[in-house]
Amino acid sequence: MDSHKKFIYGIFNDEHTVLHAVSHLRHDGIDVKDVVSPYPVHGMDTALGLERTRISIASFMFGVTGTCLALLMIWYMNIFDWPMDIGGKPSFAMFKNLPAFIPVTFEATVLCAAHGMVITFLLRCKILPGVEPEVIDPRSSDDHFVMKIRVWEDQDENKIKEMLKHSGAVEIKVS
Amino acid sequence: MKNIQVETTNATYVFSGRSKMICFILMAIGIISIIAQFATHYEQAWANILHANFFFMGMALCAAFFVAVQYVARAGWSANIMRIPEAMMTWLYVAMPVMIIILIAGGHHIYHWMHDGITDKANPHYDSIIAGKSPYLNMPFFYLRLIAYTAIWCWGAYMLRKLSIAEDTEGGNSNYFKATKVATFFVILFAVTSSTAAWDIIMSIDVHWYSTMFGWYTFAGMFITALTGMAMWIVYLKSKGHLEEVTEHHLHDVGKFMFAFSIFWTYLWFAQYLLQWYSNIPEEVVYFRTRLDYYRWPLWIAVFLNFVFPFLILMTRDAKRKFFILVFGGTIILIGHWLDNFNMIIPGVLSNNHSFHWHIGLYEIGTTLGFLGGFLYMVHSKLASAVLIRKNHPMTVESMHHAI
Repeated sequence: MDSHKKFIYGIFNDEHTVLHAVSHLRHDGIDVKDVVSPYPVHGMDTALGLERTRISIASFMFGVTGTCLALLMIWYMNIFDWPMDIGGKPSFAMFKNLPAFIPVTFEATVLCAAHGMVITFLLRCKILPGVEPEVIDPRSSDDHFVMKIRVWEDQDENKIKEMLKHSGAVEIKVS
Repeated sequence: MKNIQVETTNATYVFSGRSKMICFILMAIGIISIIAQFATHYEQAWANILHANFFFMGMALCAAFFVAVQYVARAGWSANIMRIPEAMMTWLYVAMPVMIIILIAGGHHIYHWMHDGITDKANPHYDSIIAGKSPYLNMPFFYLRLIAYTAIWCWGAYMLRKLSIAEDTEGGNSNYFKATKVATFFVILFAVTSSTAAWDIIMSIDVHWYSTMFGWYTFAGMFITALTGMAMWIVYLKSKGHLEEVTEHHLHDVGKFMFAFSIFWTYLWFAQYLLQWYSNIPEEVVYFRTRLDYYRWPLWIAVFLNFVFPFLILMTRDAKRKFFILVFGGTIILIGHWLDNFNMIIPGVLSNNHSFHWHIGLYEIGTTLGFLGGFLYMVHSKLASAVLIRKNHPMTVESMHHAI
């Protein structure tokens, strides 16, 4: 975390309170960066004004990669390197034996899309094995919600704290 | 329990004179083309009527299935669009009697197994495979089953619509719970009858052939046409200023259904093809052999329109929320499944009559347009006969706040 940046963390114990607090604080010009919650809160994405995730695009790319890799693998193994007699149809041609290859291609597509998506997600969130996770408050994985607020130079820290307390925060931390 | 009464905007639909006119013109085209083809191509005329009627029957049937599933699953998101499938399913009252008439009057021209003496050993036309299937495929039992389907499906559609209309005036949740009971029975009966009806009405055209995937495969096709029809009705009504409570979130969900079931259809199509291609048993490959030899274009175009096209067009989130893409993609899907039904019905009927000469021309399209006219007339008038958004549905508010 950069030393010149200042953050305030408001800790809430109710889903609806934190959702309302996010909309109110953002409306009042406070820069709410993120909310850490133990489970997905419905409507939080719109309240935070988050951009839509691009993981679906990544997933499509991984899927296409999987399809190509699978077809290449099958072509090399069963047509090129060691031509196979498939189900009594010894045509030794990729196109004519394609129905037999579809299930494998499908599985490889799903495998690459799913694993690629998970790995991309882990990389983006920096929660790979061995990486020290950034935990603001361990209770955010139990029954509390943590709101992360960026304090800018022209903003009054005490005023933000007051607003947080007013909107229902049970605890306030500063770092 | 007290219901929250929600005031909905612009909830009365009027069946305008112009729409009526369009429906009548379509029906006139249909009648003319049916008469014309009976005068020229007698056998093919029966096949074409069966094809057109089955397409819209499937749409109405799966609309009823959709309604029933919403009750059984206690779905809330769909509460405000329920009137559309409820109007669509009433077409069953027409489609099923017409189906019985077609199969009684034209059965001999459509089904090879209905021919006289085919199960009689002494007869020169004796066919041992058909004789082996005769305990199931015989005329009295066939028509008995057909009447049973008509009774079950029309009962389901009638009860679900009646309870839904009663809920508007009476309020309370009792009609909802009654409808859930009806829906539960309907879904169970539908699971069996949709499969057996597909065997009876379509699979028995190619009587020497069988496929264990066929019931599911037919159901998948019918369900997509119903979902696509629903999406297009929502877009139509919204473009006329109705259904303000139905947002892009609902359209997105219907679009997801269309996308998902297009892939489901492809999965079943391919599973059926793969197994028969692999095993290569003469009794099984006869179906695909006929189609690959004589119907190559309709076969592959149908796969393209029903899989590749919706897969690429409807994949993104934005596509499912735009009127234009939904209508465009929906039209392609409807054409694709019409062509798929063509591939299921026409090759069998023509080869039963020793012909492999097919064409898609004014007769085929005209007949379908005629049935489309009737279908649209029915849906228009049923939409106009009740408010467009159910007044006392217990989950109207949930549906209004539906956001994904």
